[in-house]
Amino acid sequence: MRAFQILIDGFAISALYALGATGFTLIFGVSGVLNLSHGAIMVAAAVAAWAAASILGVGTYAGALIGVGVALLMAFATYFAVVKPIQDSRRIPNEEKEIFVLTGTLLWGIMIQELIAYFFTNNAKTVLPIVEGVVEILGVRTPQNEIFTAIVCCLVIALLWLLVNRTRTGKAVLAASMNPRGVTLLGLELTNIYVVVWAIYGILAGIAGVLLGMFLGVSSYSVGPLTASAFSIVVLGGLGSVSGSLIAAFVVGYLETLTAYLVSPAYRTIPALLLLVFVMYIRPQGLLGRR
Amino acid sequence: MAGFFTSRLFFVSLALVIVAATLPLYVSGYVLGLLTVAFYFGVFAMAWDLLFGFAGEVNFGPTFLIGVGAYTAGILNAQFGWSVYLCIVLGALASVIAGLVLALPALRVRGPYFGLTTLVAVLMLQNFIVVFADLTGGEIGLTIPDVITINAGANYWIALGFMTISAAILYGLSQSPVGLVLQASGQDPVQAGALGFNIVKHKLAAFIVSAFFSGLSGALLVFYFGTASVGTVVDVAVGVNVIVSAVLGGRRTVLGAALGAIFLIVAGEFLRPTGELATFIVSAVALLVVLFFPGGFLGAALSREARS
Repeated sequence: MRAFQILIDGFAISALYALGATGFTLIFGVSGVLNLSHGAIMVAAAVAAWAAASILGVGTYAGALIGVGVALLMAFATYFAVVKPIQDSRRIPNEEKEIFVLTGTLLWGIMIQELIAYFFTNNAKTVLPIVEGVVEILGVRTPQNEIFTAIVCCLVIALLWLLVNRTRTGKAVLAASMNPRGVTLLGLELTNIYVVVWAIYGILAGIAGVLLGMFLGVSSYSVGPLTASAFSIVVLGGLGSVSGSLIAAFVVGYLETLTAYLVSPAYRTIPALLLLVFVMYIRPQGLLGRR
Repeated sequence: MAGFFTSRLFFVSLALVIVAATLPLYVSGYVLGLLTVAFYFGVFAMAWDLLFGFAGEVNFGPTFLIGVGAYTAGILNAQFGWSVYLCIVLGALASVIAGLVLALPALRVRGPYFGLTTLVAVLMLQNFIVVFADLTGGEIGLTIPDVITINAGANYWIALGFMTISAAILYGLSQSPVGLVLQASGQDPVQAGALGFNIVKHKLAAFIVSAFFSGLSGALLVFYFGTASVGTVVDVAVGVNVIVSAVLGGRRTVLGAALGAIFLIVAGEFLRPTGELATFIVSAVALLVVLFFPGGFLGAALSREARS
């Protein structure tokens, strides 16, 4: 009974983590950018969906769409206003661009977080779920919303896999992550590929944010923890490796659920952090990462 | 090095310190309290700049070193009643040990991987503090019975003196042959090694020095506040402020980092009337500086002087 509950809850959480971390790792894999405004973009999507559905009353589906749209806009704003100027800057030495992108996106994330807090307060917001009600699976009362979350996450990840491996655009993205110079030599504009990747990232982060808002609820305080959890999942899986992140998301999701159910919810994040430190010492490139 | 004592930077710094030292004679205790905190923050930022600007190691967890120093000193005083000065020394020592532990992965991995390890170190410390709440005071914080002094002016002078001495030592170190080797090994470890310099030894030394000053400053701050809490010395947000200070003031300048920290804290206070927007405005200004003046305040000033 409890085993089934852990299995089901853990799956939903893990699928959500996986979706959130996939976009994050994709951007790093392709353009070497660690986007520290990730959590802020997810929260912005959830808050936009909440505001559209609860304040404007446009309905849950339209609200969710607006949330994803806001995340897409935010992702473009992050790329064009913060990341691209730093990458193109001639005054910043190349070897220091990484830290500048980190600092820049971090500040950008704080700005988004503060604006959300200013206009929508710090209170936790729960987005109206698209599906409601409870069903019984293997003797566990499970909210249908939880099942919906897990299904959407898996579907979106499957779509992403198809997009990357089966379409021309996807193959260009894949090629750019392997060898950017080679891609430009083949006559593809690198900037266009980056724009595509940021668009994919925005949609993924948006969906993850809106689902999170329906499943657990968000507030402007969740920005930091969300970025941190995406970060640790991506590191565990190996920076830039999408399949590594998926495995890591499930490892972290189940570890957290197990700890919360069997030990105490207060210690929830500790085993995953210990595992992370352990992996960093014996295999710094993560589970499936390349050096 | 000799050129420094005749340079304009030296005279400007000297004048600033002298003016700052006379402040307690004519400003209120409120301003002094604000600047006291800002000076300790300045030391955090300078210690971070030594690691990043010179050794080339991106330490996302400056608060790991600060927190270990602060909490060690705080716990020894609050739980065991040891004297303030002994606690401060032991706090700095604990921080040095923490710096050595942190340096271990840095000698194996580079770039973002090292940065992530340091971030995880902070999260671990934070969890540790919450889990062992009996010892550390948990999320509420640890109340510390002793303080160095309650006189605002004296506290201010201690902080100013401490920052000035730290700045002199850290800046001197950064301009010394050791600092140059560090800078070389940060930029191109293979070539620096090929020239016959022991990179491991130099980097370890940088970590120890950085940890020592972070821990010492953290311990002093705890005895100024009279409390140690996650929100003031460990939280990732505090670490972010330290990093932003150093980048804002001008990385690889050491002295700029202190300026950046003072600016950040004073600006945050000036903007208090804007309420919740204060953090937004400070972050926006910092972002604009990062985008348009990547050299930071001191970097921009120095390059102008070099040009003229």
